[in-house]
Amino acid sequence: MITLRDVHKTYPTRNGLHTVLDGIDLTVHPGEKLGIVGCNGAGKSTLIRILSGADLPSAGTIRRDMSVSWPLAFGGAFQTHLTGLDNLKFVCRVYGVDYKPLLPFVEDFAELGPYFREPVQHYSHGMLTRLAFALSMAIEFDCFLIDEAMVVGDARFHEKSHYELLHKRKDRAYILVSHDANVIKMYCQTAHVLHDGKLHHCDSVEHAYDYYQEIIHRQPDLLPVKEL
Amino acid sequence: MTTIGRTSFARSVAIQQRVIGALLLREAITRYGRHGFGVLWIIIEPALFTLGVAAFWYLAKMHILSSIPIIAFAITGYSSVLMWRNTSGRCSKAIESNRPLMYHRNVNVLDIFLARVILEWVGATASIAVLTIIFASAGAMNWPEDPWPIIGGWLLLAWFSLGLGLTVGALSERSETFERTWPIITYLLFPLSGAVYMVEWLPKPAQETVLWLPMVHGVEMIREGYFGDLVPTHADPAYFAAANLVLTLIGLALARETGRRVRMR
Repeated sequence: MITLRDVHKTYPTRNGLHTVLDGIDLTVHPGEKLGIVGCNGAGKSTLIRILSGADLPSAGTIRRDMSVSWPLAFGGAFQTHLTGLDNLKFVCRVYGVDYKPLLPFVEDFAELGPYFREPVQHYSHGMLTRLAFALSMAIEFDCFLIDEAMVVGDARFHEKSHYELLHKRKDRAYILVSHDANVIKMYCQTAHVLHDGKLHHCDSVEHAYDYYQEIIHRQPDLLPVKEL
Repeated sequence: MTTIGRTSFARSVAIQQRVIGALLLREAITRYGRHGFGVLWIIIEPALFTLGVAAFWYLAKMHILSSIPIIAFAITGYSSVLMWRNTSGRCSKAIESNRPLMYHRNVNVLDIFLARVILEWVGATASIAVLTIIFASAGAMNWPEDPWPIIGGWLLLAWFSLGLGLTVGALSERSETFERTWPIITYLLFPLSGAVYMVEWLPKPAQETVLWLPMVHGVEMIREGYFGDLVPTHADPAYFAAANLVLTLIGLALARETGRRVRMR
């Protein structure tokens, strides 16, 4: 289980503190497929980073009683001067896993060919996404944190990642964030809406979908003015 | 704010060892190149320096005036500088180049600094050991007289480098001005650090002044071991250790604060 209690996150800007998350309460159960939908700039990525422990909240508590992945956004967690293979080795060492048995799977899944042994800085967007997904599947977690970028990509990658995550690991939990309510509808069993720094808990994905549509159509709120 | 976990101390130590090990191997690749040829440079660079100093020494006919064994003098001096200069220099850009790796929550600022410091310890130690063996075997210098002051001085110098590395690394992350100024401070400290003089050669008031610099004590201890009774040395290991302790505490506090701030961004 993951439990967030009254989590706040503020960032200092030139015009004072900018509140991104304003009192988030959230519980994620083992095996839960949770979607979080919100507009651009709603704080989805911040919430994912806080869930992973990559960022610390300004106030509030987090409790992780299951293993939680790093934020699986494309390329975020790579040292770009190192090769794909070096990054695999690094990640395996950090999480205490032997990389050798995983090598065939990662090479096969990422489809990087000779680029697997080239520095990550020369990768395209698609290559980064495939490597990021392959690495995260190589390490077993109870809960995966997935950015929407991971569910785009070509049809083949789609199919392969579906198989790995939705079939082979169907007992695991994941948290998927997206600005696209259709994506959430497709992949998640429960969903909440992130808006104005608050998490609106919904009792069904349909409810979240409708609520999100309502927010989008309230035009003035569509693009919150960010004072940066 | 808090992050509540139920990780035991023993498990935390195991995780930290794993993370530092992973970072060490990652750093070794960028520091010494994929095939390890870069390792040779930690020997070649001080070797060239040593030969250069010796060449000047003989050209200036100093060997007639002074009884100091110049090769051993250059090796001990330059290796000592390498130790604190490289650790602090390498820590200074450590966070920036490892920032993406902090997406993994067990990778912390302190681990990143420690990995770089350990790598430089190994490099500098290999350098002084290999150079001593090469030059002493070739007959260009005598074997060290007494290993104990060398080991003591070297360990204290390593400790000093750790405290300095943490402090410089954290301050560089905080302030670009500091990051840009530190190399200049390093250049200024180089001639003062004991690398190019023996404390005994200086007038009394100057001796007292330079002995405020902690690393001078380390170099003096190491030379005491290399030279024996050839030149009187001035070292106060207790002062050096006390200075190291203070510097390390400052470094740890700064690194902790940096870690929190970097995570908060």
